[in-house]
Amino acid sequence: MKQMKTTELPRWATGIVLPLLNLLSALLVAALVIHLLGESPVESMKILIDSAVINPEGLGYTLFYASTFVFTGLAVSIAMKAGLFNIGAEGQMYFGGLGLTLAVLAFDATLSPWLMIPLAMLGAAVFGALWAFLPGYLQAKRGSHVVVTTIMFNFIAASLMNFIIVKYLLPEGEQNPASRVFAESAALPTLNTWFPFFGDTPLNIGFLVAIAALVIYGVVVSRSTWGYQLRATGLNQHAAHYAGVRISRMIIIAMLISGALAGLASVNSIMGSTHYLSLNFPAGAGFIGIAIALMGRQHPVGIFLSSVLFGALIQGGFDLSLEKPNIPVETFVFIQGLIILFCGAMENLYGPALLKLINATRKG
Amino acid sequence: MEGFDIANIVVSTIRNAPVLMFAALAGLFAERSGVVDIGLEGKILASAFVSAAVGYTTQNPWLGIAAGIAVSVALAMVQAFVSITQKGNQLVAGIAINIAMSGLTFVVAQYIFQQGGRTPDLGAARLSNVVLPGAAAVADVPVLGWIMNSLVGGHSPLVYLAFILLPVVHWVVYHSRFGLRLRACGENPHAADAAGVSVERTRYMAMLVAGVLCSFSGAYLSIVQSGFFLRDMSAGAGYLALTALVFGNWRPLQTVLGCLMFGFFQAVQIQIEGVDLPVVGRIPGSLIQMIPYVVTVVVLAGLMAKSVAPKAVGKPFVKSR
Repeated sequence: MKQMKTTELPRWATGIVLPLLNLLSALLVAALVIHLLGESPVESMKILIDSAVINPEGLGYTLFYASTFVFTGLAVSIAMKAGLFNIGAEGQMYFGGLGLTLAVLAFDATLSPWLMIPLAMLGAAVFGALWAFLPGYLQAKRGSHVVVTTIMFNFIAASLMNFIIVKYLLPEGEQNPASRVFAESAALPTLNTWFPFFGDTPLNIGFLVAIAALVIYGVVVSRSTWGYQLRATGLNQHAAHYAGVRISRMIIIAMLISGALAGLASVNSIMGSTHYLSLNFPAGAGFIGIAIALMGRQHPVGIFLSSVLFGALIQGGFDLSLEKPNIPVETFVFIQGLIILFCGAMENLYGPALLKLINATRKG
Repeated sequence: MEGFDIANIVVSTIRNAPVLMFAALAGLFAERSGVVDIGLEGKILASAFVSAAVGYTTQNPWLGIAAGIAVSVALAMVQAFVSITQKGNQLVAGIAINIAMSGLTFVVAQYIFQQGGRTPDLGAARLSNVVLPGAAAVADVPVLGWIMNSLVGGHSPLVYLAFILLPVVHWVVYHSRFGLRLRACGENPHAADAAGVSVERTRYMAMLVAGVLCSFSGAYLSIVQSGFFLRDMSAGAGYLALTALVFGNWRPLQTVLGCLMFGFFQAVQIQIEGVDLPVVGRIPGSLIQMIPYVVTVVVLAGLMAKSVAPKAVGKPFVKSR
């Protein structure tokens, strides 16, 4: 039987081909800018891949950064599934770091790692969720747009954390605005104990926790009744309400989970590497979560691959900036913006052309 | 209460507000036409950098302002293309522009000037303040001298532009043919379309106006207020302007009042930092910084006013057949 002309793109096209084409477009614009800065895009790309993927230690760092991004990506994704655009992952991660630090500062001298690490994770999740509660509540009950309130909460978190760290957590006589260094019991075990291949990198069990979180997210969102209600809320609130979903409750719960996931992102970056709470430690990871959720289309596999890509961009970009002073690490903030623009806002840029191409091949 | 000076606060409120006023009025055009403009921050930052860079290189602030307009309009057109032609997600487009500009301005500033993402001081290339005729003669007269030299006179031309814009914008939005079409496209684009108005064209025009207005905000930051460009110097001004817009219910006068309120908080923050207040004692600067944002959340929670957005804002227009 001859196939009919289609008006809708097949799933492989929307799920794989279009995101790749968009990513390629973003990287082409980035290459143009690098060229204008007087550097060779091809050589830069080679340095980047060498340092982020081929070198085992570099790969370790790439996956270490990716473990943090998986959580912020999941945080933004689960809110997006409910139709909420949570721009506040940055602030929620920052505040989650406070919950973690308070738990560690109180118990790291007395508890064993087996109790200390789960307790710290709980602290991070609870504080992250707390910071997302009010924007969720205001959206659900008062109709205040979650985009504006979460932006405000990012700013409030930045000021409040500055105050708390300098006033209460700074050890006496210290100048650098940070908490005291945590005891050994609060350090996440690194993976190089079992895989010496990675060398001296901070890659730790946080990576495995991130993989587990992705699996749980995938099962809950696509396979459970609750996940169905969550997606129904995101697709059509009125229909979901008609089917018996309590919309305001769903919005608040989605924001709480989103905040908790963002809070958990602080575990890998603090307890896996610095081992103390410092000023502005999220360093944009919450915003990278937006890019990851958009690029990965809120699918667990997509989120994982995008997280690794951004991990590689951070790690490779850092090494690249050492070799090429004209390409500072901020270049990758720009590239991140480009990726959000092409993969998130212009996702259908190549849709019509691709559709034409598919129809043309089918006719012939 | 030493060092707490009402006259000073009034004057610095007037000087702080224009950054927000230009951007908020820019957002007003975009959003009344139905396009969410969360990319104000990025446009402010880009025009702040380009204004400072061109102003310094040519030693002419007016050329700097012109270049700022060009780059801000270019970004607004990218946003318009994505939001109107591509029918993409407008929030995502705005955030993408903000993040991209935060990175790109630093990279280019570092590449050209090699000063850690800063431009050199503009020095003589800053805009000079307007001196009212006869102001010098009354400088020593107690109240009149202050009014002539600090309150009404003695500001940069851009400050006057910001305040003149308010009645102009009000007239354009409520009393001109373009304003009627603009509001129709934001409230009910299908009705506007049926009446023969091109929704796409009107929205592109609105974004063009938004681009021009928003550029002044950036130019004001770098050429007037600081005299140089610093990385991420917009520091949330675009978001605050957007909030003033929500606070002002998308109306020009109320929006400008919102901007003045935020400008007032900034002025107070600088004044009471490090001053011993009765009862509460010394309030740390980091806590005072929070005030505008907390006020915003309280306002948004509907404790002070119920704000209603243009009905079609954020929704791409698909012509019905």
